[in-house]
Amino acid sequence: MRAGVAVLTLLCLAAWSPAATAKPFLPADDAQVLERLRTSAADPQARELRRLRAELAQNPGNLDLAVKLARRDIEQGRAEADPRFYGYAQAALGPWWNAPEPPPSVLILRATLRQSVHDFDGALADLDAVLRVQPSHPQAWLTRALIAQVRGDYPEARRSCAPLGRLSTRLVAATCRAGAASLNGEAARSFDFLRASLEAEPDADPQLRIWVLTVLAEMADRLGKVSEAETYFRQAMALGLRDSYLLGAYADSLLDQGRATEVVALLKDEIRADGLLLRLTLAEHVLHAPSLLEHVEALRARFEASRRRGDAVHKREEARFVLHLLGQPREALEFAKTNWAVQRESWDARLVLESALAAHDRSAAQPVVDWLTASKLEDVHLAQLVDALERGAREAKR
Amino acid sequence: MNAWVGKAVIGLIAFVLIGSAGDAYAHKPSDSYLSLQVDGPQIAGRWDIALRDLDYAIGLDANDDGTITWGEVRARHDAIAAYALARLSIGSEGDSCPPRAQEQLIDQHSDGAYTVLRFLAECSNQPRALDLRYRLFSDLDPQHKGLLRLEYRGRTQTGIFSHDHPETRIDLAGSTPLKQFLDFGREGIWHIWLGFDHLLFLLTLLLPAVLFRSQNRWRMVSEFRPALWDVVRIVSAFTVAHSITLSLATLSVIHLPSRWVESAIAASVVLAALNNLLPVVQGRRWVVAFGFGLIHGFGFASVLADLGLPQGAKVLALVGFNLGVEVGQLAVVAAFLPLAYGLRRSWVYERLVLVPGSVLIAMVASVWLVERVFNLKLLPL
Repeated sequence: MRAGVAVLTLLCLAAWSPAATAKPFLPADDAQVLERLRTSAADPQARELRRLRAELAQNPGNLDLAVKLARRDIEQGRAEADPRFYGYAQAALGPWWNAPEPPPSVLILRATLRQSVHDFDGALADLDAVLRVQPSHPQAWLTRALIAQVRGDYPEARRSCAPLGRLSTRLVAATCRAGAASLNGEAARSFDFLRASLEAEPDADPQLRIWVLTVLAEMADRLGKVSEAETYFRQAMALGLRDSYLLGAYADSLLDQGRATEVVALLKDEIRADGLLLRLTLAEHVLHAPSLLEHVEALRARFEASRRRGDAVHKREEARFVLHLLGQPREALEFAKTNWAVQRESWDARLVLESALAAHDRSAAQPVVDWLTASKLEDVHLAQLVDALERGAREAKR
Repeated sequence: MNAWVGKAVIGLIAFVLIGSAGDAYAHKPSDSYLSLQVDGPQIAGRWDIALRDLDYAIGLDANDDGTITWGEVRARHDAIAAYALARLSIGSEGDSCPPRAQEQLIDQHSDGAYTVLRFLAECSNQPRALDLRYRLFSDLDPQHKGLLRLEYRGRTQTGIFSHDHPETRIDLAGSTPLKQFLDFGREGIWHIWLGFDHLLFLLTLLLPAVLFRSQNRWRMVSEFRPALWDVVRIVSAFTVAHSITLSLATLSVIHLPSRWVESAIAASVVLAALNNLLPVVQGRRWVVAFGFGLIHGFGFASVLADLGLPQGAKVLALVGFNLGVEVGQLAVVAAFLPLAYGLRRSWVYERLVLVPGSVLIAMVASVWLVERVFNLKLLPL
């Protein structure tokens, strides 16, 4: 809290510094580097994207080519956590995007892009349209299950996972089912089941393994099995595929253990993706690192820019930023509550509880506490917060 | 598992983790920042566009090494301006105001370097509304947005362009005659409140309204009516006088240097305050109000000129502004007179309000006078 006030004070001072009020300038030297791109001629993925884009430009009506390019763009966007690629994917699908009945291959991708901006209803409508035409489309069932899970609708998630048992590999089906069940009263059993399923398929594709390992690591983390979580995170990292989600989840686990130095080492070059910069800055806050102020200011500017463009997808991150880096629990609680109305993952619940606790507002936490009880969500971090809130309430009574 | 399903499973995994959490990790999406300043028929523009987006659209990284240098950007300045400005159209009721590129600089935003493209657009007439059409990157990245910020006469309007909303119409303040009239009226009211010198001058003349002078002493009026009459005469004289000069100056019949005018206004306040202390002009304060009112009118005129007069609606703006000034003035009088009348019986009024008030006003106005004559800054007001 006091640290938050200190950061805030320094921020006000920083607002006066020349850096914060940067003016357009004329670079003095032609050799001055202004921007670093992730892609260059040496990068095979970028080369393939360029080739596909050129081919599509030659054959603008070619659906297969357009879908292939859009898929690649989405993969790239996910790996780099860069939403520009989602825009490029939408552009590739342009001729079919607003058609009255787009082909299923387009609908699947449109659903993916829609849920990326939290248009969950739109995404589900697209998936249902696919399933009406192709009831055994595994991707449609899987995406449907994951959206239901993000929204905290575990029975629906489990229903959508069920068809995967016959439509996809055993490991995909197991991960889908265990992922939902572990949040729905069967945490320990799901963990054991998924661990056994992974051991039964040692030659699974690396992209599949990274998903399963991340899910396992998060399950272990919720169960309080810190060292097992660590093992799975490390195994996933060792696969060497760039995955921003994994980086963020591992950083969260390290932050919870107070291992801020390792977080800085892990994320020191990840200042482009907002979510990763947030975790880096949280670690720098713990360590009182010199770059803390600059990064807090950058995050503040990005949230502001996001508000100006009318986006509402960053409320979870903003709640965390405002609570832990600005030390404003009341404001954080508002963001956390707005976010909770849209998505209900463990972290969404956690931010409502943390802000309510810091703001001494027990009643704001009540809907989340009730929901956790009803859905039987097991998470040691959440349980600790609920305990702390109840202790606070008892002391207030006395 | 049949072949079709097997194929579907490959590529499946790439998508599974794009949960909402995955996306909240994201970078800032692609935005550009477009600022327009409308001044008469001229529009000055500043457009900040991310170098990364420009590289994707027209290629900046000439040697393809993954970095963009200033030299590479500079070599593409013409191409950047042509590409961007071809995707922005500015018009006003059928009249097009084509943007012409000026210099380009660089600015650092929270997510990287942007080119800062300045441009000028010229409409053939003063626009009453602007029709903007924005298509930058809309074919390449439908999620790109253009964030608009338009300034006109000190007021800022904002807007968002996107693939689905590429067009917007911005009504400039005063687009309808009535709105224009009301806007200027509001400015007039504001000016009485913010233009401290006019307010002080008026109050100074009004302070003795509930008293009269007899045998070298102040005596209170016994009835409300003569006090009211005195106030009406003073305020009317002031109003008529400043309306005359305000109109003459605004319609460019007479022009006086503003430093001279401002100094004379300060002097008028000093003299009016001194007149309360050592009465020279007694019964005919309305004559003083008229005489100095002529000077104050020139002061109002310079404020009105600063607001930017709409071409073709000068008289409307003038009348609106003038009426606004009168409304503001009447509000001051309406608050002042009952208060002064109620307080007039007590010794408090003469000893604590009239005399010290006038002394204070004379002192403040003297400082103004010095400031304005010698072009200094001594007081915060």
